[in-house]
Amino acid sequence: MNLNLDFSFLNWGVVSSFVAKGLIFSVQLTVIAMIGGIALGTVLALMRLSGKKWLVAPAAFYVNTLRSIPLVMVILWFFLLIPLLIGRPMGAELSAIITFTVFEAAYYSEIMRAGIQSVPKGQVYAGYAVGMTYPQCMQLVVLPQAFRNMLPVLLTQTIILFQDTSLVYAIGAYDLLKGFEVAGKNFNRPVETYLVAAVVYFVICFSLSMLVRRLQKKIAIIR
Amino acid sequence: MTWDWQVFLQDTGGGQTYLNWMLSAWGWTLSVAVCALVVALSVGSLMGILRTTPNKWFVALGNCWTELFRNIPLLVQLFLWYHVIPSMFLVLRGVPSFVLVVLALGFFTSARIAEQVKAGIQTLPKGQTYAGLAMGLTLPQTYRYVILPMAFRIVIPPLTSESMNIIKNSSVAFAVSITELTMFAMQAQEETSRGIEIYLAVTALYFVSAFSVNRLALFIENRVQVPGMIGGGK
Repeated sequence: MNLNLDFSFLNWGVVSSFVAKGLIFSVQLTVIAMIGGIALGTVLALMRLSGKKWLVAPAAFYVNTLRSIPLVMVILWFFLLIPLLIGRPMGAELSAIITFTVFEAAYYSEIMRAGIQSVPKGQVYAGYAVGMTYPQCMQLVVLPQAFRNMLPVLLTQTIILFQDTSLVYAIGAYDLLKGFEVAGKNFNRPVETYLVAAVVYFVICFSLSMLVRRLQKKIAIIR
Repeated sequence: MTWDWQVFLQDTGGGQTYLNWMLSAWGWTLSVAVCALVVALSVGSLMGILRTTPNKWFVALGNCWTELFRNIPLLVQLFLWYHVIPSMFLVLRGVPSFVLVVLALGFFTSARIAEQVKAGIQTLPKGQTYAGLAMGLTLPQTYRYVILPMAFRIVIPPLTSESMNIIKNSSVAFAVSITELTMFAMQAQEETSRGIEIYLAVTALYFVSAFSVNRLALFIENRVQVPGMIGGGK
């Protein structure tokens, strides 16, 4: 075993000039794609549960298609198609944000669908019986409970989303992994920087999943 | 815009057409996925089983394994295998990158499979283990003859989706220059500038691969179904 590691170059200056920028982008991408993905995903889930064929079919097509293509291919597709559609080039970072929102919506929508279905049907009937319209019933009765039931799963998906942001490597966007890679290349210490990158990702994801586990115990509805 | 599907019959400059190159890339994708699946199933089952044993050291080992490989992005794990491990263990310097990708993808997926196998074993009533032990079977025998034959049949549906994921995840191999489908898509797009045709073909091949896995798994599931359980009872 050849342990000839030297981490001394990784001082605060290096971290703040190379890594911080990437970390900020990764977090930004995760948060935007989570919020946008959950919003779009909820709409898709409601479409699929509406029972109207012209709403169910497109939503099912959207979700099933995106779920069967590798994320890297989706990233490449959007990076190729968006400039063709809008007629001018688009930066890798912005393209990644759009891609992840659209892509994650397909996964969040499946979670929300399960969440909505976990609310007993009697509650919907009760809503109608007291005179609520469909939107009111969804907004005031079903969705709040669906979110609560599914919160741990939504957050777990978000941790996966955070891990997946590293795949923007394919289009050269500057994320956390890229930040470490650039630092490693500049100081000719790739081995150390990849190791530190792995540790940083592990610490972030592991502590988040511990938090989710604690949350899960706290918010479970006892029926 | 106009279609130009003839791009696939153009010469790549290396004496073969883009179609040939794409099919060989598909072969690489499938080989990476199948080999990684073998690694993932064997290691994942082992770790999943360890996590359900009464021995707390085994449980701790299984838990650490799962957490370690689940909480680092696949691409970062791939770079660890490709850049870090060979420079630490010089014996591994000559190992081809195909093997490293298979190990990276296999170990990454093994953490997920361990989770499914553990869940599958835990859905079985505890009484079955006790019954096995009371009959005088040793713990390994109980697992071999009582628990695992049931547990594996229960976990086939989640394992199916993991097998489909492994085909999708094999696309990260582009990062270490294995010419599988994604790498082909990126390079051919650059060389021919017919990105849409190339991407459509590659996406279709991913579809076909994942769909075949799905059908194959359904076939296996029907064959090994436990009579009397949900979906079974023929």
